Amino acid sequence: MMDIRIFLSLAVVLFTIGVYGVLTRRNAVGILLSIELLANAVNLNLVAFGHFGAGAVGQVFALFSVALTVTEVIVGLAIVVLLYRTRQDITVDLASEMSR
Amino acid sequence: MLANIALIVLCAWTVVSAFFVVASKNLVHGVFWLAAMLLNTAVIYIALDAPFLASIQVILYTGGVITMMLFGVMLTLRQSGTIIPNPSQHSPGRATVAGLFGLTMLWAIWTTPELAAMTPTTSGSADEIGKLFLGQYMIPFEALSVLLLAGMIGAIVLARKGDA
Repeated sequence: MMDIRIFLSLAVVLFTIGVYGVLTRRNAVGILLSIELLANAVNLNLVAFGHFGAGAVGQVFALFSVALTVTEVIVGLAIVVLLYRTRQDITVDLASEMSR
Repeated sequence: MLANIALIVLCAWTVVSAFFVVASKNLVHGVFWLAAMLLNTAVIYIALDAPFLASIQVILYTGGVITMMLFGVMLTLRQSGTIIPNPSQHSPGRATVAGLFGLTMLWAIWTTPELAAMTPTTSGSADEIGKLFLGQYMIPFEALSVLLLAGMIGAIVLARKGDA
């Protein structure tokens, strides 16, 4: 039962849900939440491959990935706050109008 | 047998909470579903013999990131109360893109014989992880600390009041 394909499949399902969320959400914070799903799926893959052969290196890479994701969330939320301050709205369709 | 059932329930619950992150109408509920999903993943890490990473997951993600997300929600609040609309734009094209990706990956996973042959080994203790971080992966580790500092400064510069 401890089959790596179960964990890889779970990661793929999480990633697919996250991709759909990124594509459909219109609220900037909602998109950040979906990106968290994507990052979490990747971490799950790294840990699974660590457990099934790579050893501690899998967890080392997962920790690198965690730190990168946290940085990305901090900067992303700063951009959302800036967007709110300039537009009073964090719907991304309005933000893409701003760039024209 | 009991462990198998527990694993299946855990996987199902993770997928359900991930689904509600994307599907919930209220943004605050979405954040809390994400917290549930991250905690479930932490339990899966324990099942994968990685308790150190599980504790990092709980402290950093469910402790830090969820708080940051709630801050982000509350700072960009236009109305009072906790019902914050989180609109989605569903379309068949977007569902097809995501679904095709998922199906392709699932097909690849379940038809690769090398993956079926893999058996569980030890994941490595916190001791080994620490030695790798300060040995073989020393330079990426230091680069990461510089990146965290840069991200922190960048966030302060972006979000501060005044001449931004």
